[in-house]
Amino acid sequence: MKRQIPLVLVLIFGLFMVIQYFIPHESSEWIYEYLLDWITIIGVFALVLGIWSLFKVNYDKISQRKPDRGYSLVLLISLFATMFFGFFAKVDGSWGLHFSTADGLQSYMYRHAYEYIIRPIQSTIFSLLAFFIASAAYRAFRARNVLASLLLAAALIVMLRFNPYLGPLGDYISEAANWLLNVPNLAAKRAIVIGIGLGMVATALKVILGIERSYMGKG
Amino acid sequence: MDFETFLWTTFGAFCTLAIFSFLYKDNPFYKFAEHLMVGTATGYFSVLLWHNSLYPNLFAKLADGNWYMLWLNSSAPWYLIPGLLGLLMWTRFSKQYSWMSRWPMALYIGISAGLAIPLEMSNRVNKQLYAMMSDISWGNFFGSGLFDPISGLSQVIILVGAIAALAYFFFSKAHTGAFGGLAKFGIWILMIGFGASFGYTVMARISLFIERVQFLNRSWIQVAFDSSNTNHHSGYIIAFLVVAMAILAYIVREIVAHLKKSENIS
Amino acid sequence: MTIFEKMMAIDRRWVFLLLAVVVVGTYAISFQIPIRINSEVRTIYEFVDKLKPGEIVYLGIDYDPSNQAELHPMAYAVMEHCFRKNLRIIFCTLSQYGPGMVDAAIKDITDSLKLDKTYNGIDYKGRELVNGIDYVFLGYKPYYALQILAMGQNFRLPFPIDYYGQPLDSRPMMQGVVNYKQVAVVIDLSGGNITDAWISYGQGRFNFPLALGTTGVMAADYYPYLNSGQVLGLMGGLLGAAQYEKLADNPGPAVDGMRIQVFAHLVIIAFIVLGNIGYFTAKRRRAKEGK
Repeated sequence: MKRQIPLVLVLIFGLFMVIQYFIPHESSEWIYEYLLDWITIIGVFALVLGIWSLFKVNYDKISQRKPDRGYSLVLLISLFATMFFGFFAKVDGSWGLHFSTADGLQSYMYRHAYEYIIRPIQSTIFSLLAFFIASAAYRAFRARNVLASLLLAAALIVMLRFNPYLGPLGDYISEAANWLLNVPNLAAKRAIVIGIGLGMVATALKVILGIERSYMGKG
Repeated sequence: MDFETFLWTTFGAFCTLAIFSFLYKDNPFYKFAEHLMVGTATGYFSVLLWHNSLYPNLFAKLADGNWYMLWLNSSAPWYLIPGLLGLLMWTRFSKQYSWMSRWPMALYIGISAGLAIPLEMSNRVNKQLYAMMSDISWGNFFGSGLFDPISGLSQVIILVGAIAALAYFFFSKAHTGAFGGLAKFGIWILMIGFGASFGYTVMARISLFIERVQFLNRSWIQVAFDSSNTNHHSGYIIAFLVVAMAILAYIVREIVAHLKKSENIS
Repeated sequence: MTIFEKMMAIDRRWVFLLLAVVVVGTYAISFQIPIRINSEVRTIYEFVDKLKPGEIVYLGIDYDPSNQAELHPMAYAVMEHCFRKNLRIIFCTLSQYGPGMVDAAIKDITDSLKLDKTYNGIDYKGRELVNGIDYVFLGYKPYYALQILAMGQNFRLPFPIDYYGQPLDSRPMMQGVVNYKQVAVVIDLSGGNITDAWISYGQGRFNFPLALGTTGVMAADYYPYLNSGQVLGLMGGLLGAAQYEKLADNPGPAVDGMRIQVFAHLVIIAFIVLGNIGYFTAKRRRAKEGK
């Protein structure tokens, strides 16, 4: 009961989707559209789980008086403040919490929190990678053997392709880089694409046939 | 830019510099900005899930404009099914009932797997195989130059290279003899591919930093010293200086601490 | 310890500082560099340029602020180009922190479009962009592969209302627009797996013309699809964005960024070369001492 029903469900819905692709019919199309719609709704509930566990971890940190609890407080306050402002809007001349209109998305605080908190911080955190790749270039990229040298040579050509200060050599490098991307790189990536494709199909088959069951967890 | 927006931008600039301070070392400014972002972003996301997904796709259909009657009055009461299945997801937190969350999970996994099989097979595998076996232009074998990507020679390299790279991933046969040679050519091709990706990645990473520099200069520093800001003109500069002074104070403090430490050692 | 070994042992923060100084320094000096155009970007530009006024472009802003540096310039260049050509755009984002950027970009382009401008020698009259007539913004939905498939049935299936809360049926632009069949081209700007989903689940199933804008990290991986004809063009990273800006005669942050890239790349190359010199001298010394 606890394990069989999910296995049967996976088999039925998996096979339905495969058959629907090859034999589209008006009635199966109807079910297909409902399934796409419903599965998104179900999925949204799963995403709420993630939000809840973030809240829980930080709430526990505060209630257990862990050393860095101040930051958890910052996190929770900003979480609830943003949620509040996402619903707090002026509709028909009166301020209030509005759940059935999308006006909250246009509210001043909600938009500004995105524009001046989420956007700069998220992009800056990611931009730290610029420095880490510089440090990696200095410490890790060594022409230890033929293969590593090949990798470095290809990287150098791609990196120099838009440099305008190389004179006549510049056009040559630019052409070489273009060839490199469109010929050997293409061949390598094509093999990888085919490999990944086959892997995905094999995994999906294993899931549908009940061989791969890790999504069920223990118990 | 009006003064109010500039204050917001100043806060954004402060957060940007706070994150950059991590490059020197982990510090409270960085931690504050990081937690602030995670909290705000999660709040933003939850509101979005409601306004863009849960409400229009589920509750609006159930409520049909009348909240108090909910589904009793609805023209599509069958939308209770995904709603209830979604709620079953939440049994994950209970030890006793967590097995119930497998039902909606199974639905999701089954549908995704069923969708993936024909589409991934057709678009990643079949179409790439077709393209691989396209005609080779023998008439134009050497093309217009050494680096002509559409010459016959280039097409042969693509064909043999892709087969060789696939051979390298084929571990059921020992990489010896002619097959070993093919696999070796395959790994060379793969390395060139990874090199090209690495070259592109350097550009990608540096772009991220350039964009931040552009943001700090155009949206913040230039605005702070823009002489056309007649209203609150000194306010702009003061706001800029407050952040600048805070950073300067932090740097000075670090230098002093560093000097003291080296004094103690000597 | 030789000088090279000492150099290898320096604090990595000096490496950080050098890169920062070069980037900020180059940014402070004003100069321009020529941008070479690649065919993979030209095909996108020409495809969009040949569309007739009123045709619909689907622009997928499928990235978070973490990738805005490379993809946002593309979005601006494509939007400005489309609106100047009197094309209509369906905006949609399948990335969770995307909506705010679409919102801000629409406001910026609306302002820019009010002015008379000349691009590539052609004068364009300024006009007011109207939500619902010139564009619609569908909003955000999680689970991108499912949404790409659902939009192939009907845009109203995943998005009964748009981002601003208006029913899709009430938008004048969406009259008679059911699914991708009424869309002239899908341009997807993305920094992750959403690109793959657009190829396999979108183009693969519904067969519409698909153009990609990707981050530099991913760009090299999509050349096989270019060659097989599954995608019509590819803008890779800031260089791709700069090429589009150049083609559309609308230089912006990407063209500005590329001149800095040239010198930042030289620094990275210098790091690689120095690192290797250090490595080989140390290796030779060890070999000598071993004797």
